Amino acid sequence: MPTQRHWREIPQRYRLEGNFCPDCNRYFLPPRLVCPGCGRKELTPKKLSRKGKIVTFTVIRVPPKTQELKTPYPVAIVETEEGARLTCQVCDCEPSELRIGQEVEIVFREVMREGKTGVIMYGYKARPV
Amino acid sequence: MVGIVGYGAYLPRFRIKVEEIANQWGNDPEVVKRGLRLKEKTVPAPDEDTITISTEAARYALLRAGIDPEKIGALYIGSESHPYAVKPSGTVVAEALGITPDVHIADFEFACKAGTEAMWVAHNAVKAGEVEYAIGIGADTSQGAPGDPLEYAASAGGSAFIFGRNKIVAEVLHTASFTTDTADFWRREGAFYPRHGGRFTGEMAYFRHITEAGKMLLEKAGMRPEDITYVIFHMPNGRFPLQVGRMLGFKKEQIEPGWIVPEMGNTYSGSSPTGLVATFDIGKPGDIIMLVSFGSGAGSDGFIFRLTDRIDEVRDLAPKVKEMLDRKRYVNYATYAKIREKIILNE
Repeated sequence: MPTQRHWREIPQRYRLEGNFCPDCNRYFLPPRLVCPGCGRKELTPKKLSRKGKIVTFTVIRVPPKTQELKTPYPVAIVETEEGARLTCQVCDCEPSELRIGQEVEIVFREVMREGKTGVIMYGYKARPV
Repeated sequence: MVGIVGYGAYLPRFRIKVEEIANQWGNDPEVVKRGLRLKEKTVPAPDEDTITISTEAARYALLRAGIDPEKIGALYIGSESHPYAVKPSGTVVAEALGITPDVHIADFEFACKAGTEAMWVAHNAVKAGEVEYAIGIGADTSQGAPGDPLEYAASAGGSAFIFGRNKIVAEVLHTASFTTDTADFWRREGAFYPRHGGRFTGEMAYFRHITEAGKMLLEKAGMRPEDITYVIFHMPNGRFPLQVGRMLGFKKEQIEPGWIVPEMGNTYSGSSPTGLVATFDIGKPGDIIMLVSFGSGAGSDGFIFRLTDRIDEVRDLAPKVKEMLDRKRYVNYATYAKIREKIILNE
């Protein structure tokens, strides 16, 4: 994830600024350009709540180099209260304790570092309530 | 009147017990526990640092303040573990809270008193009429060299305070600072762990600065220790704050609500500020609360607050310190060494 791309995604990564289709009543994070339900292009910006539930998850045991300190770690699809589905790591838990349907809160964490001297990138993760 | 309109603390969930560290280095755990009056300390997760801790604490402060984040005109973070040597922590936190770009930001450093320094400046920015609201944060993922007595205490956490003129929770009645050039604890540029002057950190540093700042503050306020409901001092270990409290004429009952160090450890810049939040968590309207921090190098900042009726309305709007201390997961020394990056890895 290059620094510049991360910088452009600050509103969604730091503040959960997604969007919403008024026709289908669907919420999206990351924000979409076009509603996958009706094809509408004028979607409304919407800040999402930090509460959600785990829809499904997997456990990463062979991580990329940047995530070695956290291994093994779960990656989950989390549904927010509004119904937006986002993908993120689950932190502060043992993977064996996670359950589908479990309530989580979306927290602000470091997501990646460009080595020891590069930029530190922050974003959202889920943690069990 | 200017005061705190919202406050919040954040503590990581991981803990390591004193026994685990003592056994690693061949020390007698009971002697260490008795000597330092510590049981365990918080450990940051591998993806937590001063920036993430500050953000979570500030979010809780915003929940209690109930204000529009865009009205915050200044944000200051005090820490001795800013993740970057060059690049502010405050910009990330401000962006995460949604208060950029019309905001003044600075990162502070002054060993363990950087947090109260941020509070002092935030308070004065509002008092001067420059901004409507200002936020002061003290947070750290403290470093202590492996095997050093500091390792038993150096922990992670922080607290945030929003200052303003409306809907005040705790009025600021008086402030005082006492500062001298005293090299009792330091970390040179590029050094990974701090060093300290051993016993010199006590009498000439911690005790002198806190007692002098405490006396100045009480004199300014025209108050005696018995006029203060609760008092919080910087907590490098369990023993020092009780001892300095006795020296100033305070009773243990006045210190206890904010004396969270046996379970939290020393969160450096977040130490006395988090003790203050723990005291707000149990305080009643009208209570007079005194805080005296200490930062090596050396100096102490003092505040006297008076809680308003609003404390009862905002207390339950965000997690309390006790709840965060009780929610924990223990790690062993090997895991601690890995996630605190005390093990050298290949690039």
